[in-house]
Amino acid sequence: MVAKEVLTGTHFMNGDEACCEGALSAGCRFFAGYPITPATEIAESMSRRLPQLGGIFIQMEDEIASMAAILGASWGGVKSMTSTSGPGFSLMMENIGLGICTETPCVVCNVQRAGPSTGLPTSVGQGDVMQARWGSHGHYEIIVLAPASPQQMFDMTIRAFNLSEYYRLPVLILADEVVGHMNERVIIPREDEIEIINRRKPSVAREDYLPYEADTDGIAPMANCGDGYRIHVTGLTHDDRGYPAMNAAAQEQMIARLVDKIRNNREKIISTKNLYLDDAEIVVVSYGISARSAMQAVRNARDEGIKAGLIVLETIWPFPEELIRSVAPGAKAMIMAEINGGQLVLELERCACGACPVSLVSNFGGAIIHPNLILNAISKAAKGSI
Amino acid sequence: MTTSKAVKNVPPHPMDSLLRTERIPHIWCPGCGIGTVFSAVISAIKNTGWDPNSIAMVSGIGCTGRMAGYIRLDSFHTTHGRAIPFATGLKLARPQTKVVVVSGDGDLFAIGGNHFIHAARRNMDMTVICVNNLNYGMTGGQQAPSTPLGAKTTTSVNGAPEEPFNFSYLASACGATYVARWTAMQVRSLRSSISEALEKRGFSFVEVITPCPSSFGRRNRMGSALEMLKFYQGRSVIRGDIDPKDASMDIDKEIVVGKFVDIERPTFLDHYEKFNHPQMPQWRSLHADSQKAR
Repeated sequence: MVAKEVLTGTHFMNGDEACCEGALSAGCRFFAGYPITPATEIAESMSRRLPQLGGIFIQMEDEIASMAAILGASWGGVKSMTSTSGPGFSLMMENIGLGICTETPCVVCNVQRAGPSTGLPTSVGQGDVMQARWGSHGHYEIIVLAPASPQQMFDMTIRAFNLSEYYRLPVLILADEVVGHMNERVIIPREDEIEIINRRKPSVAREDYLPYEADTDGIAPMANCGDGYRIHVTGLTHDDRGYPAMNAAAQEQMIARLVDKIRNNREKIISTKNLYLDDAEIVVVSYGISARSAMQAVRNARDEGIKAGLIVLETIWPFPEELIRSVAPGAKAMIMAEINGGQLVLELERCACGACPVSLVSNFGGAIIHPNLILNAISKAAKGSI
Repeated sequence: MTTSKAVKNVPPHPMDSLLRTERIPHIWCPGCGIGTVFSAVISAIKNTGWDPNSIAMVSGIGCTGRMAGYIRLDSFHTTHGRAIPFATGLKLARPQTKVVVVSGDGDLFAIGGNHFIHAARRNMDMTVICVNNLNYGMTGGQQAPSTPLGAKTTTSVNGAPEEPFNFSYLASACGATYVARWTAMQVRSLRSSISEALEKRGFSFVEVITPCPSSFGRRNRMGSALEMLKFYQGRSVIRGDIDPKDASMDIDKEIVVGKFVDIERPTFLDHYEKFNHPQMPQWRSLHADSQKAR
């Protein structure tokens, strides 16, 4: 019996398993990884499922190798991904930069635990937000998704592949230990209900093909290894031919395109879920598992008659700058809830730009934020004492 | 760097079809041994008669890493030390492609050492060619895992306090199916070893001892590039029948050259297919063209 690619139906599974199924439904057929809590179940699921679908699972010697291998596989024309947690994510940074520079589609799922260093391997954290944004050296734009449930682990992994294939870059999924390990209902739709985007192929003759010449939307069609285009791919600053170009003008041109292809398309990339925003005086902003605490807190606040609203960041990078700028002037206060010492709150403050006070509800990791802590912050803010 | 105008109106070279001629002149120093190895690699690839679109070159960082930028194949110049894991992903995604990794001693055995030993252990089907110039050339001549004990480099001005690896022995101990070492002067033997390595199924490894006159040679008073070439050749002893652990790599005494390993061993994909085949009826058809192309 041939195994099914898309396990259509209603399941009870954890977030890590849902991530695996999302990847397979998106067409991922190559996984390279290294065991690490709390992301190991993604690798384990992949090692069981990929061979059934004619794909490759390989356990590499470390996360550096895993990241390098998925880049290689992507250039081989196969959708590829890896998964990890904090320490492994740190090791992947250099090759994530190679993926950015060479515009290689692939997906990295970081199931966050509390750090720094070995930290709390089995407990939740959201401390990798800025690392996801800036962890590789140099200047670039990145796309980061933040699932808040096993269902979103499934849905967002598909979206991560679609974004990576379309915009040609490594797309990061910042999950967390609770989302990865909790079991919930996951509904997997029919195959024909799942939108799949594949990388754009060159349409010009082989001799006319310039591997890094972008179409009008800033995205360059991608020839795979073996397609006959005999491409050169380098992490050095390069020109449209893909050849090293060691000067400031080439750097300016290349980075501008890498940055603009994301910035200019941010409206299509950014995704938020907005609740009770129309009349909200106190706006909570959160993501991942913390957004679920925030949701409970906002509902409780509404029950108490406080006009609270919620912005759930489904993409955290690019940050929804325009949305925050439009909401802040009408709000009495904004509150960020996140499991770190205050990372994305800095971005919230920047975008609120003094239009309203911004406060933080957080811990350093190890436990989710209790909704009552957020509710207290909402109540205080409603009384004007932020 | 000279301009490309200097090479205009020169008749085409037989190897031009495999060169990105628009990128010549190259960056390598006069007297560097990489050109010799590059030429041997290109001849060996030509001799296979394979469709060039079914061959890919992957390199790391350093002088040798730049080879990937001059060859007209699908070519990938990756991060420092990571050519082998990148090549692993490429190979597994496209088993029908022959993957050749070229890099220097520092790239493959210092920063990339872990990947080398694991790829050899897995018997990942690829050819790895190491240009061993006994130091880090690109950064100006620092101590490498190949630098002889006592040799002078910019980071060991009074003499290197570490003993070097013997790469060919290491490769054989880790399970490589083909291992050979030559000096850059032994071009015909080198070319034929690279040909054999390319044809070999599994993890094949060729080490080439090359002069780096600009850095290693200059600091160790080894004379001109030609003198270095002759010196290494003079130190070399051909011993094809030798146990790899005895294939000494000591520029002060003896550089044992020859083919040390040529064995058959199932590759990663052979094992993967064997263990997973009952579950994957479509496996053969998915990868059917992998046999055909090679």
